[in-house]
Amino acid sequence: MMGSAARFIFRRRGTSGTGKGWHWTDIVTWVWLVGGLLVMFGPAVWLAFSSFKTPAALAEFPPTILPYVTQQVTVEGYDKPLALYEAAMPDGSTRVLAEVRRIGIVSQMVDPQAPGEIIRVNIADRKPVRTMSLATENYTQPFVQFAFVQYLWNSVFVTVTATLITLVVNSMAAFALSKYEFRGRTLAMLVILATLMVPLSVIMVPLYSIISSMGLFNNLWGVILPTVATPTGVFILRQYMLTIPDELIDAARMDKASEWQIYSRIVLPLAAPALAVLAIFSVVWRWNDFLWPLIVLSRRELYTLQVGLSIYAGELNVQWHFILAMTVVTMIPVVLVFIFLQRFITTGIAGAGLK
Amino acid sequence: MNSSKRFAPSQFGAIMMAPVNGLMTLVDIPLRALQRLTGITGMAAFFLMPNMLIFGIFVLLPLAINFVYSMSGGTALFLSDRSFVGLDQYQRLFQCGSYLDPMSCQEDAFWTAVGNTAWFVLLQVTLMILLALATALILNRDLRARSFWRAVFFFPVLLSPVVVGLIWKWILQRQGLLNFALFELGMEPHNWLTDRTWAFAAAVGVSIWAHMGFYALILLAGLQAIPKDLYEAAEMDGTKPARVLWRITLPLLAPNLLVVVVLALIKAVQVFDEVYVLTGGGPGTSTLYLTQYIYETGFASQLRNPGLAAAASILMGLVLVVLTLIQLGIGRRSEAKGKR
Repeated sequence: MMGSAARFIFRRRGTSGTGKGWHWTDIVTWVWLVGGLLVMFGPAVWLAFSSFKTPAALAEFPPTILPYVTQQVTVEGYDKPLALYEAAMPDGSTRVLAEVRRIGIVSQMVDPQAPGEIIRVNIADRKPVRTMSLATENYTQPFVQFAFVQYLWNSVFVTVTATLITLVVNSMAAFALSKYEFRGRTLAMLVILATLMVPLSVIMVPLYSIISSMGLFNNLWGVILPTVATPTGVFILRQYMLTIPDELIDAARMDKASEWQIYSRIVLPLAAPALAVLAIFSVVWRWNDFLWPLIVLSRRELYTLQVGLSIYAGELNVQWHFILAMTVVTMIPVVLVFIFLQRFITTGIAGAGLK
Repeated sequence: MNSSKRFAPSQFGAIMMAPVNGLMTLVDIPLRALQRLTGITGMAAFFLMPNMLIFGIFVLLPLAINFVYSMSGGTALFLSDRSFVGLDQYQRLFQCGSYLDPMSCQEDAFWTAVGNTAWFVLLQVTLMILLALATALILNRDLRARSFWRAVFFFPVLLSPVVVGLIWKWILQRQGLLNFALFELGMEPHNWLTDRTWAFAAAVGVSIWAHMGFYALILLAGLQAIPKDLYEAAEMDGTKPARVLWRITLPLLAPNLLVVVVLALIKAVQVFDEVYVLTGGGPGTSTLYLTQYIYETGFASQLRNPGLAAAASILMGLVLVVLTLIQLGIGRRSEAKGKR
């Protein structure tokens, strides 16, 4: 199965029957691609695997790929559960023993079945008994301990609301800019394009004061509103709407359709593919936004996932097992977009060269 | 965008759309009245207004008052409570014993950030464009499953900067995967994020990792636009592949390449999020960049000074404007060429 898949992927088009050998550039190509596969996906996959490990397993060096834990047993006569080891006996046999304590290089062990007798084993002769176990509490605990559900909800709220407003506002503007002749149209278009070069870092101080004076500091709407009038969105939609024939609109006007009806009943449905592309873009942008929410939100219960995550990760005693799990959760929507909708984004970018 | 079929309204879609359609009909009643007042063309203003209003309030207005901010002093937030200080903030930024030594400046953090950003931009853009170009050239070969491989390199682009920062923080930490790999190879592990030079290198590397796919994608689109018959002709003449690369591919890709370089420059100047999560600007000030300086001067530090932050952000804006004008210039020139 893997073999045939590999053969399919590695076979070069058009050369299978020609008998030509492998050129050195083919080797470079495959090294590059396979290396790319490892470098691009590897780190995220490693993080996802790590997120299922217990704190003890995370602290291990060298690390294992899969989440293993040392098995423990409760032995009669001992308060705490003891770690299980496979110990090599002097006679060559191995026994599964529980470690009571360690003194120097000697480990004092007992047989869990017969805990009376202490057996001394050199620590070099014992190996921990390990089983694979998913530390799902890494995922469940943050929901209880931190306001993780709240962050998740805030992120979803910001993303969904901002995307909906973006679609409405941008499509209306794009409709006006593509289907009407009026004075100032070029100016409006230029203003929109000019804002493409005004990034947040250039206006964050005054923008913050405007948001504050509107009472939107520490308010999710303060995060949403400045982002919704995206120039990129107007641009994508306008380019698409220009391809909708004007005759359709003229015919509708003859039938006494109002301009709003033309927009909502004719242009919007026809622009659905462009709207879908913009919706995907917008969801990814808003889900990933970091700097602006970090500025606007200072109360914990308002944090979005990105802000909450970065603040927990910046604390002195980082609880990596929770951070890793929360990072995975934060990654999920984007990974879903990647798996199912990546095609639209890549063609969208390649077509318009934007982001 | 050629797959409009996928969005054809299904039965389910029709049911979902019913409330939306109802709302649209309701909205139509007052708007019909409005249209009677404004006429057909007048409605354009109505459609344009929400977007322009939001633009005006949240982009144009801040842009305008940023200049006023940069000429005001004090720690107060609202302009009405701030005093006019003329060009003092700019003077403070430029007060230096020697511009080559940030420590001789009054605002040493600003000049450290400028220096760091300059190095970052130089290294990140150069390396990233080279890697993106190589990737695009490889993806442009006769590959099976090209869209799969294209997607592979694009994956990190979609990740949030916070996630990118944390992924790499986890790998580069003292007991992380990288040190383990070095340990296995019998090499010395490093404290990547607590060593000044390595932290800087990590910032550059991680940022390349996160953004390279985007530029590779644009370059690939450029490569695919090069007419195939040129390559066929070259093959008939028995031209060597290296010569084809230098004489056909790269010259024809040049306008695209320039646009991509400028785009990458514009982005690199603003570097912040992923590095902030990865290193927090440290160790010391070794990965402190301009956006972080503006953010901390404006909001985060104890001695916050919005006026100074505004002045610094305007200086950064000037750099970006110059870069954007270059980009527009390139765009116009290649457009003119296309028409000829």
